[in-house]
Amino acid sequence: MRIDPRVAVIGKRLRGVRRIIAVSGSKGGIGKSSVATLLALTLHRLGYQAGLLDLDFASPSTHLILGVGGLLPKEDKGIIPPTVHGIKYLSITFYSGDSPLPLRGGDVSNAMIELLTITRWGTLDFLVVDMPPGLGDATLDAIRLIPRVEFLLITNPSRLVAEAVRRAAVMLQELKIPILGVVENMKRDEAQSAEQLQTVLRVPYLGAIRYDDRFEDALGNAQKLVESDFGRDLEEIVLLAKAFAAPSRGRGRSRAIPATQGTVGGADLSVG
Amino acid sequence: MHEWALAEAVISTALNVAKKEGLQRITEIKIVLGELQQIDGEIFRFALTEVMQPQRAMLEGAQINIQEEKASLRCKNCGREWHPKEATDELGEEAAEAIHFVPEVAHVHLRCPKCGSADFEVAGGRGVWIESISGESR
Repeated sequence: MRIDPRVAVIGKRLRGVRRIIAVSGSKGGIGKSSVATLLALTLHRLGYQAGLLDLDFASPSTHLILGVGGLLPKEDKGIIPPTVHGIKYLSITFYSGDSPLPLRGGDVSNAMIELLTITRWGTLDFLVVDMPPGLGDATLDAIRLIPRVEFLLITNPSRLVAEAVRRAAVMLQELKIPILGVVENMKRDEAQSAEQLQTVLRVPYLGAIRYDDRFEDALGNAQKLVESDFGRDLEEIVLLAKAFAAPSRGRGRSRAIPATQGTVGGADLSVG
Repeated sequence: MHEWALAEAVISTALNVAKKEGLQRITEIKIVLGELQQIDGEIFRFALTEVMQPQRAMLEGAQINIQEEKASLRCKNCGREWHPKEATDELGEEAAEAIHFVPEVAHVHLRCPKCGSADFEVAGGRGVWIESISGESR
C-alpha cells in the first residue's frame, strides 16, 4: 500500500494561519524574494502577526535580505520557527547552510512536504511564502498542498517578464486559485508599465515599486529596507490594496489595515 | 522531538484511511522508518502511544509494527546504487541533524562514491511511511 503520512497534517499545521500568500513570478531576478521579505516585514509593522517561509531551495535569499545567519528553529513536537525582526521565519538554509542544494523535482516535493509537516507556525494573520521562479514542482505542490493559498504575482516592466507572468496567471485562473494581483517591480518611468496586464488578464494591478538604486545597500538591514523607497512603495501598495485586509479574529470579516501603526520604527524589528 | 510531528502524521493518516474504508476499529498499523532520516525509534514509538491516547475508541489494542528499511541511493549520473556509509564513514553531528529534519539535505553532504556526483535519488529508506493498516469493518 505504502502511504505517505505527512500530507495528512499539513492542513493542521497551517490551521492557525489566516492568510497564506505565495509570492510568485515566472522569471528569476525580478524581486520575488525582496517583495516577499518586505511584505512580511511591512505586515508586521502594520500590526499583523506575520511569517515568512522561503521555499526557493535552489537559490534561497531571504536570509540575506533579512541579514540573519546561524539560526535554528526550536524543537517542540515539531519545529518552531525563530522570530526574526518580529516575523516568524523558516528557510532551508537553516539546514543546508551556504552550500548548494541540487534537487530534482521529486526531492523538491519531498523537502517541501517535510517542512510543511514538521513546522508549527502557531497563530498568524499572514504567512508569506517566497516561491522559486516558474511553474515547476514547488508551485504545483504549493497549489496541491497549501490550503487556502493565494498568489501575488511579481513582474517588471519588461514584456518578456509580463508574458511569463501572463502564462502563470492563466494557469492559476484555470485552476481557480485566487490571485491577489500583480505588483510591478523595478519600474523606471511612466512610459513602460505592466499595468496593461490588468486588462489582459483581469488580474488587479496593485501598483509599482520604483527602481531603487540604494536597495542593494539596504540588504541585510531590516530597518533600512523598510525605510527605503522600495519599502515605502510596497507599504503604500499594502495600505491601498483591499487584498491585504486580514479577516478579523474569530469573525471571518475583513478589518481595515491599522494605518496608524504604519510608522517607521512602530514595531519591533529586532532579532528574537 | 520532531518524531512527534511524524507520529501525529501517521495517526492522522491511519484515522483518515479507517474512516474512508469504513473501519470500526484499527487493529494494526505497519510503519516503516527509512534509515536515511535516522528517526529515533524509541521516541517515535512513545510519541505514537501518546498521540493515540485521545483516539482510544478507534485505536485501543492496535498493534504498532515498526520496521526499518536500509537507505539506498542511486546515482543519476553513473547509475551506481550505494549506501550513505560508502560516501562517508561518519557524517558530522550538524549534517546528521540536518538530514534528520530534511533528508534531501543529504545532497549537500553526500556524493556518489563512484563518480562524485551530487545528482542521486533516494531509492529506498528515506523517511517514514505506512506500509499497511488493518482493522475491523462495521
